[in-house]
Amino acid sequence: MFKLISVRYKDILYIEELEILENKVTCIVGESGSGKSTLLRLLNKLISCDSGEIFYKDCPINDINSIELRRNVVMLPQQPVIFSGTIKDNLLIGLKFSDKPEVDDTKLHMVLDMVNLNKELSTDAEKLSGGEKQRLGLARVILLEPEVFLLDEPSSALDENTEKTIIEKLVQYREITNKTVVMVTHSKKTALSYSDSIIEITKGRISARKENIKNEYQ
Amino acid sequence: MNTSDIIDLHLWQMITGYLFVVVLLFIVRLKGIPREKEILISTVRMTLQLILVGYLLSYIFEFPSPIYTVLILICMEMFSIYTILKRTKINLLSRLGRIIAFAMTFGTVSCLFYFLFVVVHISPWYEPRYFIPIAGMLVGNSMTGITLGVKRLVDGINTNKHIVEGALMLGATPKMASKQIVDDAFDSAILPTINSMLGMGIVFLPGMMTGQILSGVSPVTAISYQIAIMLGVLGSVALTVIIFVQMGYKTFFNQQNQLNL
Ligand SMILES: Nc1ncnc2c1ncn2[C@@H]1O[C@H](COP(=O)(O)OP(=O)(O)OP(=O)(O)O)[C@@H](O)[C@H]1O
Ligand SMILES: [Mg+2]
Repeated sequence: MFKLISVRYKDILYIEELEILENKVTCIVGESGSGKSTLLRLLNKLISCDSGEIFYKDCPINDINSIELRRNVVMLPQQPVIFSGTIKDNLLIGLKFSDKPEVDDTKLHMVLDMVNLNKELSTDAEKLSGGEKQRLGLARVILLEPEVFLLDEPSSALDENTEKTIIEKLVQYREITNKTVVMVTHSKKTALSYSDSIIEITKGRISARKENIKNEYQ
Repeated sequence: MNTSDIIDLHLWQMITGYLFVVVLLFIVRLKGIPREKEILISTVRMTLQLILVGYLLSYIFEFPSPIYTVLILICMEMFSIYTILKRTKINLLSRLGRIIAFAMTFGTVSCLFYFLFVVVHISPWYEPRYFIPIAGMLVGNSMTGITLGVKRLVDGINTNKHIVEGALMLGATPKMASKQIVDDAFDSAILPTINSMLGMGIVFLPGMMTGQILSGVSPVTAISYQIAIMLGVLGSVALTVIIFVQMGYKTFFNQQNQLNL
């Protein structure tokens, strides 16, 4: 899905070669400050690399309109972003930004269910807890049904059980819909249990890469 | 205009006006507030500037010339742009600085011309008695408005960077991502003008009207001018600020629709 060749971003990240496969779950691990978020931001074209080339479906992303790209490759930021208004407003605004048609409340309840958020649609989103905000952000991204999900530590504020249920549901959903997921995580366990491939970044460089982990692990 | 019954202020009468300042200085000293210097300087500057302008205007009114009128308009525009840039700490040569200069000039000049030639019908077109005070009202108010708008827009984007980027990540255009901030900037820029319209005539009589009434014009004439001028001011403030915010938010994004901060 993505191919990176000699990609450099400032002195923060240097990736000689990397391929991210379609219809797979790729986990990115590495210590804090190693450049994981920077990599996702590059793939979402929120920033551009200083040299090298990133391809999306064999097309250099510099040739793809950023907005079109971001509507297909949606990113969930590490810090949850909440827009003023209710939970419903926060879900619908994603569709508006992505220029997709509005959906009915049943669908909204469905995505909230996927992230285990049992709240009224009319709840003021600012009043949610940190973990609830994080799940609302995830629900908003799921609602957009993009080709690729770039998830930056989607479960960092969640307890182990909630994390497990949500990631499981997400992986199931991915299998049914044939989506691509790229997920940054701090949890080795999550990475080992759910990913098809793991990329480890150390000080801005890829230090390890494992394929087919899920099968191996099970 | 009936000028025979206007009380001309004599020099000694004006000097008694300065008694206020003396009293103020006395109070300030008594309370130990270190503001004597500022009070003195602002009093002296106000006096000198007004005397100078008084003589300048009486000369220009007596010998109307298109050159002087246009020159004064240019000075006003330059001074107001300089003031906005200084207060917002923006460089004239930056993209935002050039947009401020353009919005200010285009917005005020087009409203001024509409006002003078369509609403009031002055002739000759450079008649300084109308041209200069009306230009002053439009430029001055637009300057205040746009300064508020610039501050709000720059602060808004800087402090809400993660929200703007959060919107971009979801596929928003820069316009969508900054809509809330742009709307806020516009609101805060025209709010003072709208508020002053609401209090008009009840809480205060605007300066221009006070001056006209004091110099003997019938209050009804003064009011009809004031109404027209308030509309002109509102139009000019709104137009300059709209031009500014519509062009201004774009400077925070690059060609790849990335936030460049
Ligand atoms: N815009 C920027 N300008 C300068 N330095 C930056 C910028 N963005 C990130 N960095 C630096 O790049 C490095 C990598 O940041 P990044 O956010 O990618 O780390 P990370 O792996 O996601 O860390 P964490 O696990 O803590 O989220 C950090 O040292 C950070 O300070
Ligand atoms: Mg990070």
